[in-house]
Amino acid sequence: MLKVDNLHVHLDTSDGIVKAVDGVTFSIEAGETIGIVGESGSGKSVLAHSLMRLNPEPPATYPKGKVYVNDRNVLQMNKKELRHLRGNQVAMVFQDPMSSLNPVFKVGKQLIEGIQAHRKRPKKEAKEKAIELLRDVGIPDPESRIDSYPHQFSGGMRQRVLIAMALASEPKLLVADEPTTALDVTIQAQVLDLLKQIQHKYGAAILIITHDLGVVAQLADRILVMYAGRIVEFGSTQDIFYRTAMPYTWSLLRSIPTAGAKRRLIPIDGQPPSLIHPPKGCNFEPRCPFATDACRHIDPDLEPRGDGHQAACILSASEFESIKEEVASS
Amino acid sequence: MLQYTIRRLLSVIPVMFVVSVIVFMIVHLTPGNPALIILGEDTSPKAIADLEEQLGLNDPLYIQFFNWLSQVITGDLGTSVYSERKVTELIFSNFRPTFSLMSLSMILLLVIAIPAAIAIVALRKTVLDPIFTSVSLLGVSIPDFWLAILLVLGFGVALPVFPVAGYVPLTEGMGAWLYHLLLPAFVLAIVEVGIIARMLRDSMLESVNQDYTKTALAKGIKEREVLVRHVFANALIPTTTVLGATVAGLLGGTVIIETLFTIPGIGQLLIDSIHRRDYPVVQGVVLFIAAIYVLVNLLVDLLYTFLDPRIRYD
Repeated sequence: MLKVDNLHVHLDTSDGIVKAVDGVTFSIEAGETIGIVGESGSGKSVLAHSLMRLNPEPPATYPKGKVYVNDRNVLQMNKKELRHLRGNQVAMVFQDPMSSLNPVFKVGKQLIEGIQAHRKRPKKEAKEKAIELLRDVGIPDPESRIDSYPHQFSGGMRQRVLIAMALASEPKLLVADEPTTALDVTIQAQVLDLLKQIQHKYGAAILIITHDLGVVAQLADRILVMYAGRIVEFGSTQDIFYRTAMPYTWSLLRSIPTAGAKRRLIPIDGQPPSLIHPPKGCNFEPRCPFATDACRHIDPDLEPRGDGHQAACILSASEFESIKEEVASS
Repeated sequence: MLQYTIRRLLSVIPVMFVVSVIVFMIVHLTPGNPALIILGEDTSPKAIADLEEQLGLNDPLYIQFFNWLSQVITGDLGTSVYSERKVTELIFSNFRPTFSLMSLSMILLLVIAIPAAIAIVALRKTVLDPIFTSVSLLGVSIPDFWLAILLVLGFGVALPVFPVAGYVPLTEGMGAWLYHLLLPAFVLAIVEVGIIARMLRDSMLESVNQDYTKTALAKGIKEREVLVRHVFANALIPTTTVLGATVAGLLGGTVIIETLFTIPGIGQLLIDSIHRRDYPVVQGVVLFIAAIYVLVNLLVDLLYTFLDPRIRYD
């Protein structure tokens, strides 16, 4: 239902052109959950916003590539078509629930606005729908909460309201851009549970963007690892966690704290590369513990590593496997 | 809310007390004997002594102040030395034209500034934005008396569309009232238009980049509606603060505009009274203007609760 084909997104800044998304290809089937993982600045949010063309233009431009939603290219849509797409076919849940609701309007008004945006209905009916949505996302006493202002909700409750808002037109794809980052841990788990329930009830595909591998491990069928605007590894959740084939993913997994483990966390040294002047060879080479001379010259493409599993590294699966232990112990 | 309103009303008292001290001192800070200044150089000492007695100038300063203040509190601002009419009466008869002028000015101000700001935010990515910024800066920088003279020359003399002076009360017909008042109201408004439009534009531009604007767009709402509804509603909050201060600007402006267009309002009363050294009237008018200003700003504070639900005063 969603097909992203060789998408490039550039941001025109005063320092030069930032290649925020640099040739990304993937697709999502109906009802599927895909996780996009990457550190800050890897281009995952820009990618997510591109799916609805929500990046402010300028500075964003789309020099190459296509984004198909139900076989229609989003990047070539006019304003009216975009409006029909947004909220209706693809809906988005944003990162910061504290600032994503308009502070001066009641949540009911904001919900009803979304409900009415794509299918006009009598006021009473729209209000009933809004109450139903609030109930679906687990807001207690929705009949009276509908008349509350955003500041009268906690962060977790606001994120629920935002999810309810995204569901207003029963979209086929729900894009969740770091939906739990701004919430504390117990609330995070609740929101993730909610997303699962919602998917079950509404049958929407979910694209979840996060820097937290724990979040995608819980939720995603397939995981896409992004680094410096590109996909560096792509596979089923099992592949990514147990058959890791790319040093960056491997380093990310090593940097997750494990409950009860006595070992220290191992951070990834260095900074992500400049997206204005990316390195000549592999983008990850300057930080890669596996890097060889060849990595400085060869910019690897995604290569198959098994059924549906792809990685961008000059090391083959077996080579990577054989030196992994050595690097880990060094 | 009621509690807050009462508290705010009570807080007006010390402010007005300070104002009244300053107003009272007008007479006594002016160098020389007030009675002499009022009557002029060629007056007999007897007449001066009589006036001193009448104005109570022989009492100690604090006695004079408390005598004056206790009168003011009961609503008695004294009697004009020049016309011998009650000051309150003078103020009320002169306030009607001023109120007309200010109201019309305020309406013009909002009618011009709000659509201008919204339009310019909608067209923010085009060349119109820097042009707007320069034009609004020009609007702010133009001295109103100069613009008034220019407009009188343009639309009163060269192209006699509007009368160059005079005032017709609203009771004598809307048409005639508007006909006489439109030009002065426009001149009065134009300086403030620049301030309000820029304030609104800046606040809107800030609001445009907020997350909730993105949420609204992601819902599939028309960009224009997002701008007029979501962005504008949020930009209105800081703009209202400035609008309160604008009332002061308008009040100050009326003094000049009323003189230029010979509108018998508070401003003209003030200027005339200053020329005539009619201190009771000067004191009364200044006190009255200060009171209006304080009340308008109180009103603005209360208005916030309607504009921003996050503000609750209890």
